[in-house]
Amino acid sequence: MASAAEILTPRATEGALSPESVVVRFAGDSGDGMQLTGGQFTLSTALAGNDLATFPDFPAEIRAPQGTLFGVSAFQINFGSSDITTAGDAPDVLVAMNPAALKTNVKDLKPGGLIIADTGEFTKRNLEKAKYEVSPLEDGSLGQWRVLSFDISQLTMDSVKPFGLGNKEALRCKNMWTLGLALWMFDRSREPIIAWLKAKFAKAPELAEANIAALNAGHAYGETAEIGAEGITLPQYSLAAAPQPQGLYRTITGADSIAYGLVAGAQLAQLPMFYGGYPITPASAVLHSLSKLKEFGVTTFQAEDEIAAIASAIGASYAGQLGVTCSSGPGIALKGEAMGLAIMTELPLVIVNVQRGGPSTGLPTKTEQSDLYQAVYGRNGDAPLPVIAARSPADAFECAIEACRIATQYMTPVILLSDGYIANAAEPWKVPDVSSFAPFPVAFMEQAQEGGLMPYARDEKLKRPWIKPGTPGLMHRIGGIEKAQNSGHIDYSPANHQAMTDIRRNKVAGVANSIPDQTVEQGAAGGKLAVVGWGSTFGPIHQAVKRARAKGQDVSHIHIRHIWPMPNNLGDLLKSYDKILVPEMNTGQLKTVLRDQYLVDARPLNKTSGQPFRIAEIEAAIEELLK
Amino acid sequence: MNDMTPPQKMTAKDWETDQEVRWCPGCGDYAILKAVQRTLPEIGARPENTVFVSGIGCSSRFPYYVESYGFHTIHGRAPAVATGVKLANPELDVWIITGDGDALSIGGNHTMHVLRRNLNCQILLFNNEIYGLTKGQYSPTSREGTKSPSTPYGSVDHPAKPAAFALGAGARFVARGFDVSKNLPDVLKAAYAHKGAAFVEIFQNCIVYNKDVFEDFAAPKGAEDRQLWLKDGEPMLFGSDKTGGVKGIALDRENLCLKVVDVLDGDWQAAGVIVHDVRNRSIAHMLVEMPFGAFPMALGVLYDDPAPSFEEGVIAQNEAAAKGKTPDLQKLLSLGQTWVVGPETEAADAGSAGSGHEL
Repeated sequence: MASAAEILTPRATEGALSPESVVVRFAGDSGDGMQLTGGQFTLSTALAGNDLATFPDFPAEIRAPQGTLFGVSAFQINFGSSDITTAGDAPDVLVAMNPAALKTNVKDLKPGGLIIADTGEFTKRNLEKAKYEVSPLEDGSLGQWRVLSFDISQLTMDSVKPFGLGNKEALRCKNMWTLGLALWMFDRSREPIIAWLKAKFAKAPELAEANIAALNAGHAYGETAEIGAEGITLPQYSLAAAPQPQGLYRTITGADSIAYGLVAGAQLAQLPMFYGGYPITPASAVLHSLSKLKEFGVTTFQAEDEIAAIASAIGASYAGQLGVTCSSGPGIALKGEAMGLAIMTELPLVIVNVQRGGPSTGLPTKTEQSDLYQAVYGRNGDAPLPVIAARSPADAFECAIEACRIATQYMTPVILLSDGYIANAAEPWKVPDVSSFAPFPVAFMEQAQEGGLMPYARDEKLKRPWIKPGTPGLMHRIGGIEKAQNSGHIDYSPANHQAMTDIRRNKVAGVANSIPDQTVEQGAAGGKLAVVGWGSTFGPIHQAVKRARAKGQDVSHIHIRHIWPMPNNLGDLLKSYDKILVPEMNTGQLKTVLRDQYLVDARPLNKTSGQPFRIAEIEAAIEELLK
Repeated sequence: MNDMTPPQKMTAKDWETDQEVRWCPGCGDYAILKAVQRTLPEIGARPENTVFVSGIGCSSRFPYYVESYGFHTIHGRAPAVATGVKLANPELDVWIITGDGDALSIGGNHTMHVLRRNLNCQILLFNNEIYGLTKGQYSPTSREGTKSPSTPYGSVDHPAKPAAFALGAGARFVARGFDVSKNLPDVLKAAYAHKGAAFVEIFQNCIVYNKDVFEDFAAPKGAEDRQLWLKDGEPMLFGSDKTGGVKGIALDRENLCLKVVDVLDGDWQAAGVIVHDVRNRSIAHMLVEMPFGAFPMALGVLYDDPAPSFEEGVIAQNEAAAKGKTPDLQKLLSLGQTWVVGPETEAADAGSAGSGHEL
């Protein structure tokens, strides 16, 4: 892979080498609209046919004090002509809208990378806020990078002058000016952005026009400028479209993907969906997305708290709809008791956990995979439930369907693990053919069994019947107290509790018989080293293994979707490798489960900085183990 | 389909289950269970369409003993579960059975919100001013100074008043009764007839841990003087000539509060006795706060002024939002800014811009 240093040296540009991929990071004040800029740049990039991955990184505060180090909001995109699976390691280009953005992000920039800075914001006051004594643009401290600095603020003001905006409003267009420049640099079309601005500001056409003018001005600046202290001209990159299978594509975030997957799952089960939710970062986007989809038989209910959110979903499942709830770690903790109720009453329920950094409030806007123990083990009593984990925004669609299938086919709550990275990131998605998914229609019990109603009688999968209130002749009572086998009456007897505990365990364990065998993503089944991951570490593991294999190393990548129960063949598969490496954004949770389940020497590679793995970090760990 | 046609006229017996009732002998819950089982056939309820949802506590065992659908949930969360049930199937008659601890301590939040939202359901709060199932600790409705295993020197906190809490939370129906009262079925009927959340506080005698705590007004002897049974359109009268005179409740206009007045020769108008208007929210606020002792205990329907229910609103909005739209999932997935990768890769299709599904 070409580094930015290579791209930017005169030799490389002379040779007109097109890089395989480029990483750009937009960083600014949390009020500067960086997420918007990044989002729109992503859209244009996707439309240009590049493969891409993004990583939005923003502070927990909605509007942190202006110019401060902790108020910096960043959006990174990695795009190119090859198969992109991560948001990239070190950026090739950093757009810094103020000194704080430069300070917090520049250390990540590749040596020789390009800094684009807005000198208009490098004021004495802002430098102080960013704890710079002297402007880094002037003291030579940025020597290892290439710096293009110009007064974006003033240029923006000039470009929107004809629209008579106030200073503050005019400066708000800065992000569009910057976007225009970035679009020029990477040869992206402005058309979709212009259409989007017109729609966004339909009620304030002067704002639409001002933003479009700023966008065009930034673009024109790139085209005509002869700038830079050393006479550097702006480099223009041209990236070929990534080869992709034929079909219709769109970009999708994990939040939308989960919402659509749940809708698809409910349709395949032929059930209306009830979604009980309570606002929490970073899970709220799923609630927002579903709230717009009433025509799909979706009822959304913003409950008074996390407990009411899951309790109402359980009530809806009891009444015959597909109950769904979604939250993040702290909210999931509150739902624990109700999950036990769903396990005890054996009602279908889908619980989505968009994980964030913990414990407690932790890092609401940062990503982590540290709720695996909570999902698998985190309830009172022996309370097993199936757990599945999505690896990417696009994968989340299928995982949501799978969660609905297991919940309704086994009468059990199911946890679907996502994370903040998957929820917020966008990636190109080949729109699936909905008819390609096998339906799993639910049959409610309408008539009692021979010999009388048995609400806790079981089929061969140990599933009990689903009986909706409103069905004549099948009145019965359920609850959280241990119940007798078959009749479901209250029963505290020792033999019955033993039997029911076994049944609940065996039912969930039996889900393994309905899931595909574990496959190997890259490399052979068996060999020197397996890198085993789950969830959103897919991208960096994939790239690290790819690089290691390109160097001739015997390493394979296994990525587990079904965390509990695990695929039937997983134990044998893992034992066919000499060594097992488990990279996780936690302190080693999957590692523990693998060791427990299979007595294998799974070795952890852990990161809990709130940032995704870098490819290089995993690559180094592979090197180390294969030494 | 099942063809179990129910008998023409059901009786209380038809609403009994085969489960052994497991409350302490003499518990007030028995009387409430009987009152409910007597009421259900009279209001024309259908077992298959009736759901009893409860939380945790002695009272919450109730659903096991009613021959209908029943869900014994977790502590304090019955209103939340019931909300899901009712939104999923608004045709069901939903009864919430709860206690003073369940509804006002651990589940206070849900009680507030189910009332505020006005979910169409009946909420029967069995208030015995004690935690029974956990063996006698004081509860949020226990009177100040209540001695219990957790408060051996007496409780120091002020009690919550369930009816006042309900009204404050926005309830559109607030009533009171007590376990052995012959009027309880009438209160339950009124609650059932009310469309929206109907809150009924039922004083219940816990004979083991808080015996006879309501005897001061519930005892048959002297009941006339200590119970004010409210009836819509009728003057607020209590007492009798046999027991020291007929009295009434009047408005103290100077202090803007209620007062007890003597009614002479049946002329309650002259005494300024208030005619009960179940729609008068201001008077209802005074009735739920009326201190027992100086005043009789206000019982019956204190307030009843229906408003549109939560599930009606949700369903109407769902329907309006869905109107004219086809639930085409394939189309939904293909919305927004899309592009086509094909043999002629060039085709970048801006898709249906402004679809509301942008990044």
